[in-house]
Amino acid sequence: MKQLYLGNSHHSPRFLLYLLPVVLLLSALPAHAVATAAIASTTAWWVWPLGLFVVCFFLGMIAVPAGVGGGVLFVPIVGSFFPFHLDFVRGAGLLVAMASALAAGPSLLKNGMANLRLAMPLALAASISSIAGAKLGLALPDNIVQISLGITVLGIAILMISVKKSEFPDVPKPDRLSQALGIHGIFHDVISGKDIPWQIHRTPMGLLLFLFIGFLGGLFGVGAGWANVPGLNLLMGVPLKVAAGTSSMILSMASSSATWYYLDNGAILPMIAVPSVLGMMMGARIGAHLLTVLKASVIRNMVIAILLFAGIRTMLKGLGWWI
Amino acid sequence: MEPVRDTASEQLSYAEVLHWSTLLGFIVLVVTFAAYVLGWLPTDIPLERLPQLWNLPLNEYLKATGIPTGWSWLFLMNKGDFASQLGIAILSGCSIACIIAIMPAYAKAKNFTYIAICILEIAVLALSASGIFGL
Repeated sequence: MKQLYLGNSHHSPRFLLYLLPVVLLLSALPAHAVATAAIASTTAWWVWPLGLFVVCFFLGMIAVPAGVGGGVLFVPIVGSFFPFHLDFVRGAGLLVAMASALAAGPSLLKNGMANLRLAMPLALAASISSIAGAKLGLALPDNIVQISLGITVLGIAILMISVKKSEFPDVPKPDRLSQALGIHGIFHDVISGKDIPWQIHRTPMGLLLFLFIGFLGGLFGVGAGWANVPGLNLLMGVPLKVAAGTSSMILSMASSSATWYYLDNGAILPMIAVPSVLGMMMGARIGAHLLTVLKASVIRNMVIAILLFAGIRTMLKGLGWWI
Repeated sequence: MEPVRDTASEQLSYAEVLHWSTLLGFIVLVVTFAAYVLGWLPTDIPLERLPQLWNLPLNEYLKATGIPTGWSWLFLMNKGDFASQLGIAILSGCSIACIIAIMPAYAKAKNFTYIAICILEIAVLALSASGIFGL
């Protein structure tokens, strides 16, 4: 595995070296995608759920170490390369995102990596808007959703490339709303062995941001870890690890409201959703161990490459230029 | 401002209920899906027909299959495709159970702001689950 330690600069020429196999591998898939429509109805029914399970297993392996939720990889990849309609893929994507967040929740809360007081008001904002997003997503024409999803996925990749995170952001003075809500705490940093007090600022802006994030999550079924963490960490000044843990709690609540909407309207097919959830969760367990043998930056760059490719593919599919 | 530990009692209560409800949801999800796929339960839509249906937009899928929306699936639990929705519903309802569980702690602390937030969150989730928003 040592040959994969190629540095963590996104601009290094060597970055392209390990992106190349991924791009080549994914480039081969459109050929299958074209054939997919033709063979979908002739292939044995169990081939697709089994394939979905395997793909989700690998997505789960790379999603955890890359620090993104499974939903953001799941929707563009499965939506592009499997014969399922995007309505069902988004429904399954929400379930994938929600199930992963629910499974991680208890330990995050118990060890103080997530803060419930911080999560609750933001989750309320995101829950309300995610229903609106889900409703709009099922009402819009397919090509509009495809194009918007492609643009959003490309935006997520750019966000991952450009945003620098802050381990312990400086918050000189908490805002009034966060004081009124009592949002502050002590985070025990295992690495330094220190208790680090934290407080937040810009809470009203944070609430507005989470309204928008929740809307996108419901609209595309992509979860929202990719936006939650930078929002909590960079905008509101939450320590990075608490931001990551609290993001999961917000996601579990916000995805629930959109999942109910999809479930009520028949947009969650168990044959698509269940293998996806099981594959993703089993892969995520392996993914946690991957961090011990691979640099997180290597996996992160691979995920960025996949997102860029999947985003372009999804957008072109929506435009009808690459069916 | 006195910092508070991030593992407040309501947070631990939430974690406990979340652990057990999620575990229950996953067990039901796996068992009912196994019953569906392995043919232990009859299906409303034959498994062999799925590849002709799952590529349809939602509206066309509903027309082609005639499957009911909303909570009607609860009355069709004897069929594998509907039974396997039970685990999904339990997982989707975990947050509601957890929020209900922490409300007494907020009430004891007379934290009316968070009681209001809990009530609003439960209302949002319950309204979404009720199917009131429709397609």
